[in-house]
Amino acid sequence: MPTLAAGPPVISARQLSKHYGDFKAVDGISFDVPAGESFGLLGPNGAGKSTTMRMIGGVSQRTSGDLTIMGLDPEQHGPEVRAHLGVVPQQDNLDEELRVRDNLLVYGRYFGLPMSYLRPKADELLEFAQLTEKASAKVDALSGGMKRRLTIARSLINEPKILLLDEPTTGLDPQARHILWDRLFRLKESGVTLILTTHYMDEAEQLCDRLVVVDKGRIMAEGSPAQLIREHSTREVLELRFGSERNTTVAAELQGIGDRLEPLPDRVLIYAQDGEAALEQVISRGLRPITSLVRRSSLEDVFLRLTGRSLVD
Amino acid sequence: MSVHLTAQDYALEGSRRPLAALYSRNARAVIARGLLATRSSNWLVMVSGFFEPVLYLVSMGVGLGALVGSVEGPNGEPISYAAYIAPALLAVSAMNGAVYDSTWNVFFKMNFAKLYQGMLYTSLGPLDVAIGEIFLALLRGAMYATGFTAVMALMGLITTPVALLMIPASVVIAFGFASFGMGITSFMKTFQQMEWVNFVMLPMFLFSATFYPLSVYPQGVQWFIQALPLWHGVELLRQISIASFTPAAAVHLSYFLVMIAVGLLLTTVRLRKLFLK
Repeated sequence: MPTLAAGPPVISARQLSKHYGDFKAVDGISFDVPAGESFGLLGPNGAGKSTTMRMIGGVSQRTSGDLTIMGLDPEQHGPEVRAHLGVVPQQDNLDEELRVRDNLLVYGRYFGLPMSYLRPKADELLEFAQLTEKASAKVDALSGGMKRRLTIARSLINEPKILLLDEPTTGLDPQARHILWDRLFRLKESGVTLILTTHYMDEAEQLCDRLVVVDKGRIMAEGSPAQLIREHSTREVLELRFGSERNTTVAAELQGIGDRLEPLPDRVLIYAQDGEAALEQVISRGLRPITSLVRRSSLEDVFLRLTGRSLVD
Repeated sequence: MSVHLTAQDYALEGSRRPLAALYSRNARAVIARGLLATRSSNWLVMVSGFFEPVLYLVSMGVGLGALVGSVEGPNGEPISYAAYIAPALLAVSAMNGAVYDSTWNVFFKMNFAKLYQGMLYTSLGPLDVAIGEIFLALLRGAMYATGFTAVMALMGLITTPVALLMIPASVVIAFGFASFGMGITSFMKTFQQMEWVNFVMLPMFLFSATFYPLSVYPQGVQWFIQALPLWHGVELLRQISIASFTPAAAVHLSYFLVMIAVGLLLTTVRLRKLFLK
């Protein structure tokens, strides 16, 4: 997906850091996001993704470094920057004292938008979130998935130019995820810049033009999903299960097959250009895995390679 | 979204307005939200807040008043015990309401309901939120004061139209406590620390010449009480209630004007600590 005609980056971070005492939540990260791009922050819980999102929104003060959003420092111009931002926080923070439709209307008022605009917009967004029938329900009567959809609908009330999505589909069922991805695609097509954090590789691969892999507050790698896989992993992966006791002991007997070997507690991964050929070699050494699976490399493998750990603990 | 954005749409001109980082001149949206939330869910809490001082007035004024009889009023004339304590109870209720709204209520919405977290991801700045919440606290205070004054009138404790000025005066008292209270809340991190607020409020309520004159105390204690805000509120409303003013009334009023100014300054300085972690 091409980004918009060259202009200055919409978001520019230079050596951005946030420390809480001795703990470095974000430790000197730098990146640029051009207008219209869909940019992802991929990493495990506690990597510093949400903290970065809060600094972009101007609701968390950075310890050091530079940050500009659409040319402005969000700490100096928070309200102006946020007028063009839509935010979906990791945890829903709907107004529990207000009804569903009022949540959208009141939120729109926070942006100073007139009711003549907000009334039809709220109905449109309720439709999008499939909550039209719940319009006058209380928020605490909604299911988890419904609350998530309402939070996402709410973030669109001001027709944002930049949408910040912190783990947008965590807790959604597969169907709801696909509906949301489709909607995000359409927003992107209309030129909206998407910034999203996720620890789902499929989500990152589906939605992100470009992403950074973040771990312990630092950027480990940067590029498009395909580029990252090409640079940090092989084309295919052979997954073998020998039963939980044997996975690590059998690894020694697998040496030399494929480009690289990754013994995990529940399975052994063999990185190879040709997974089927690697499997034949395994069989020819007289080893009989309980299950075997050949698949394409994913961002999960990239992350494992870069950090030595899985994304989802 | 039918309009396609272009790179030009992404260029912002920064405002040079003072406080642009903290304030978007939209506190009315916070106020509108508060009114809507009150209407749909917590009006019962509001009603209970009205009855508290009324119950004190009935039990102490009527019950205890039967034993006490009449006492010396602010101008030296004898008045009924109920008429003596009623303005003091009004001052206490203004204080309690304002402090509750600006401390416990703000603390809860901040840390548990995550209400402000949502607000601050919009164009609203922390100053919009603070102004909106203080205004709501004062509106509530004004309603309570009006109700309480009506009860005083029904009990025959109001003898002059000047006494109606107790309502705006109560709002001034509430403003002083609310603006200060929000600044104090910015220093609080846990519920245990919030308890300190009650620890200060209860003795102030009991000992600020609320139920008996200041003259019962030794000189040193009197000075201490006179340094505290509630005593000034009690004295101010007591003078207004019978339309008998001494030059001290100006001092009492000034005390609150200074308290409002210092409180707002403290709150503004601490806004980032309060709302932006």
